[in-house]
Amino acid sequence: MAEYSVFSLVRQALSGHKGWIRAWRDPEPKKSYDVIIIGGGGHGLATAYYLARNHGITNVAILEKGYIGGGNVGRNTTIVRSNYLLDGNNHFYEHSLKLWEGLSSDLNYNVMFSQRGVLNLAHSDGQMDAHARRGNAMRLNGVDSALLDRRDVQQLYPYLDFSENARFPIYGGLLQPRGGTARHDAVAWGFARGADRLGVDIIQNCEVTGFERDGDRVTAVKTSRGTIGCGRVGMAVAGNTSRVAQMVGLELPIESHVLQAFVSEPLKKLIDGVVTFGAGHFYISQSDKGGLVLGGDLDFYNSYAQRGNLPTVENVMALGCAMMPNIRRVRILRSWGGIMDMSMDGSPIISKTPIDNLYLNAGWCYGGFKATPGSGWVFAHTIAEDKPHRFNEALSLERFATGHLLDEGGKGPTPKLH
Amino acid sequence: MIRIPCPHCGPRDHDEFSYVGDATKVRPADPAATSPEDWHRYVYLRDNPRGAHLEYWHHIQGCRAYLKVLRDTATHEVLASGRPEDALEAPR
Repeated sequence: MAEYSVFSLVRQALSGHKGWIRAWRDPEPKKSYDVIIIGGGGHGLATAYYLARNHGITNVAILEKGYIGGGNVGRNTTIVRSNYLLDGNNHFYEHSLKLWEGLSSDLNYNVMFSQRGVLNLAHSDGQMDAHARRGNAMRLNGVDSALLDRRDVQQLYPYLDFSENARFPIYGGLLQPRGGTARHDAVAWGFARGADRLGVDIIQNCEVTGFERDGDRVTAVKTSRGTIGCGRVGMAVAGNTSRVAQMVGLELPIESHVLQAFVSEPLKKLIDGVVTFGAGHFYISQSDKGGLVLGGDLDFYNSYAQRGNLPTVENVMALGCAMMPNIRRVRILRSWGGIMDMSMDGSPIISKTPIDNLYLNAGWCYGGFKATPGSGWVFAHTIAEDKPHRFNEALSLERFATGHLLDEGGKGPTPKLH
Repeated sequence: MIRIPCPHCGPRDHDEFSYVGDATKVRPADPAATSPEDWHRYVYLRDNPRGAHLEYWHHIQGCRAYLKVLRDTATHEVLASGRPEDALEAPR
């Protein structure tokens, strides 16, 4: 299949763009595969890609119940960062961020990764202390961070509420300059094309309906397109993890919640980087098309409905206006809801399971998008080697039983709070 | 907005309530005699069904009582509600 390059673009332009071929095949499922990945989202696609690229395992199928790019990989706010406090998370997300930095050339697909900086605001001395601590933890792990004072922040974002009567005065913030955003659809398409070029079968409109078992092993996956035999199975179906896990009798430390996100009407260049509010949960950036991309909290009740409720919308907008008063009259163009796997400690699970040849990738809470390449990398390793990569050792499923939790916020086993 | 019938106040908007969580989990009666596995099951593991879900809500900005609600997580429809000790069943 043709490489994408400036030359192919010129050649196609001269021939009226009639010669482009589809970016990945649409194969019929084979009778069996060495590895089946359930879920054709970003993580599933990345896993299949790295299974083929890093481990030479190419007899792989990705089963997607809908279409590529139609799930949570297309339902996020596209933020990429690695500003974590705890080692188990920090090492993993930094590995992912490093992969982001070379992803476009690795995939030969422009994922539009833009390192425009992620700034977390602070509105009290206590918050500044917490930011300093997290920034130091990041630096100890070799991750970039900069603690900004009020004047630094004002220079970067003069239009935030620096007025005398701001309800939550800005004390400063923690900046990760290497953080930023990426084009979410391109990530899905790029990984799909990359995996397909290495021989992976991407099977869309193929919903998993059950499993065939032989003791502690899964021998086949039952789907809406027939039963498919399998060597190993990786599950990457965040949002619906509990439902698929139930088919093999696994009960997991996960609740599904709905998280809304919003895009405004397109504006001229307004906001350079990603800014998050510290006196409430709110984050905002601007897409290359000009729309402000923003979001806030969950709706705070278990939900599988991909739509949220108005009180949350009102709350998100109120927070936005408190942080950045100049968006008061901006109109919201569209909003949507995605279903989050909220884990019991707020950190993801990339792990072996009690079933010998079934591997689990789940529990992404609000933060799955930024992890896409790193998650695929270590999940592929876990499946291929039958043991975790050093970057996901801490993200095991057993940690809930053994007490080795990764609770960044110190919030306890209350999924809605993470 | 979800309308939740509070057994004390009648139907109210859900933003008067605070969501507590899964109501099928029962705290082990004798902590000292409970195995780590049973604690793990109680504290961390959830059925997380798509469909009817039994859950507690707290009418924090109303009568401040806790209530039990049976709600469909796929449609947000409230199927039944009552006091925490009530056994709820979906109508029909």
